[in-house]
Amino acid sequence: MTEFKAQTLGDLPGEEARGENTLDRNEVDRFSRIAAEWWDANGKFRPLHQLAPARLGFIRDQLQHHFCSGSAAPPSRLRPLAGLSVLDIGCGGGLVAEPLCRMGARVTGIDPSIDTIETARAHSSPQGLAIDYRVARAEDLVAAGETFDAVTCLEVLEHIPDPAAFIALASRLVRPGGVMIVSTINRTMKSYALAIVAAEYVLGWLPRGTHQWDRFITPDEMQQHLNASGLAVVRTEGVVYDPLRDVWSRSDTDTDVNYMMAATKP
Amino acid sequence: MTSNSDDTQIDDIVISGASFAGLTLALALAETFGPELRITVLDATPATHLNTGRRPDSRASALSAASQRLLGTLGIWSRISAAAQPVSRIEITDSSLESGIRPVQMSYDNATDAGDPATFIVPNATLLIALDAAVAAHPSIRVMSGAAVTGLQTGPHVSTVLRADGSAVRGRLVVAADGRRSVLRDAAGIKVIGWEYGQTGIVTTVAHERPHGGVAVQHFLPAGPFAILPLTGDRSCVTWSEDAKEAVRILALDDERFLDELDLRFGGRLGPLALAGPRQSWPLEMHLARAYVAPRFALVGDAAHGVHPIAGQGLNLGLRDVAALTEVLADAARLGLEPGNADALARYERWRRFDSMVSAATFDGLNRLFSNDWTLVRAARDVGLGLVDRMPGLKRLLVQEAAGLAGELPKLLKGERI
Repeated sequence: MTEFKAQTLGDLPGEEARGENTLDRNEVDRFSRIAAEWWDANGKFRPLHQLAPARLGFIRDQLQHHFCSGSAAPPSRLRPLAGLSVLDIGCGGGLVAEPLCRMGARVTGIDPSIDTIETARAHSSPQGLAIDYRVARAEDLVAAGETFDAVTCLEVLEHIPDPAAFIALASRLVRPGGVMIVSTINRTMKSYALAIVAAEYVLGWLPRGTHQWDRFITPDEMQQHLNASGLAVVRTEGVVYDPLRDVWSRSDTDTDVNYMMAATKP
Repeated sequence: MTSNSDDTQIDDIVISGASFAGLTLALALAETFGPELRITVLDATPATHLNTGRRPDSRASALSAASQRLLGTLGIWSRISAAAQPVSRIEITDSSLESGIRPVQMSYDNATDAGDPATFIVPNATLLIALDAAVAAHPSIRVMSGAAVTGLQTGPHVSTVLRADGSAVRGRLVVAADGRRSVLRDAAGIKVIGWEYGQTGIVTTVAHERPHGGVAVQHFLPAGPFAILPLTGDRSCVTWSEDAKEAVRILALDDERFLDELDLRFGGRLGPLALAGPRQSWPLEMHLARAYVAPRFALVGDAAHGVHPIAGQGLNLGLRDVAALTEVLADAARLGLEPGNADALARYERWRRFDSMVSAATFDGLNRLFSNDWTLVRAARDVGLGLVDRMPGLKRLLVQEAAGLAGELPKLLKGERI
């Protein structure tokens, strides 16, 4: 293992270099610095880290229910998504792509930002996670005729000018019989108070201007967009914040602020 | 296993410490996750106890019903049940040694709501040997013996444990189960609050002529509690808290005079006594870690908390840590989150820290309440105990609490698999 040792980088004992023989030290250092921001659980992406368990639980349960119910063998407890191909649109630093990969899925993550994709790669490759990260837009994959068992589009739609058109585009990436999962923020007084006033101004969880309230989407509107794209909504759940425990958890009924929706393609 | 091969492997979980908490955690994780999780246990001592099947520990521990369920789920209970003495009754007194008649202030049947024994007394060595054997037989647990742990390095993706033989062991999560003087806890920069009691714990085993009938006795003496814990056969384990200076004198006595001291405290209740084991002693102290977790690092057992042995709960608190950490890591893993996930570790800390603090404060308070001979305090506590003795509902609550069945229980403590 001498060749492995020769690439040991400073205080990261050897692992940054694994399988990345072409990278030079400055590049890896730069990516690691950016990655530290996406992956700093107490940094500016803290809300996404906190949302992760609820979102991942919803995705896992929906995909298991859709693809595995009725199959003879019980799914592996640690790799319940083994064999499924999943596309994560707007993958960011890989906060969802990495766990989906650990759960056994073949994951493709796309994001239009080069820096973001490099951040995601810098974080996943030293862990030996084989995720297909690409600097790409949904339309690029549609043009290439690619389809996936499942497509996820999480905390993305509220940043997009024309969500209906975007959902129509994304739905073409779901194979027939596949699933699309979206999550976003509802347009209610409560979401204004929590997602903008509290999160951006009072608590400072998010940089000011992160969200524009009029771009938030109600569950009814979301359902219309999905139906218009030929998808059938099978499940909606809310995500509620418990300030006493500082924890987000799934709710069957309360979709006033954050919510998630699963829809199938016939 | 050479140190070269150590350098390249990254385990999922590296546990430092091969005593109750460390070994039970390794087994609980291996049973819960199966072969997909790579676990290494670092043992500072040479592996001789594995070859000889012996552990130099003459103490006995009170295992709560919850701990028994955990050990049952892990397949350990069946290996030790023959040596486990159920405690059928607990008697509490604070009579002075001079009084000929020693009234019992409070006594209660020691059964859970389900009617099972709330407590078992198990020799430490028996439990450790069973854990050693189960860990050695488990294919997904690697044990590395014979080198002390010297340091900890934490990086963004791994934590690295440095050892005295120059080797380094890397894991996604490092767990310190290395006892009250935890080297890794200090290396992680976690501070400890605590104090010494000025008391010494003296432990020995005696054989007696009359059967104990499963009764455990807690005799509160001015210098500290004197506990008689029933063992299988006509034997009992003595767990004796004594003023530190007086303890020096007692420990220096020859066997005959030492036996006289024991006779005085037993008050003849079990007939003539004979020594059936060596004497061990250690200074009593209380400590609590200020944090239970750091990035890619967690504390379990005595590394996180040391409580006064007055209620015999130290081992049970450690097993509660084990059950909670295993459940938190399993929940995280099923969401695709890795073992070092910061949110999962924060959940473990929230779950365990408050409970440990309350326990430590309670046992500390009990010790202070009873380890004195002030007339007023004594009158007040006797009235208190007498009142509790007359309130079956409250006693039932106390038994449930001591059985470890109160509060938000991890699944393993309810006897459920995760």
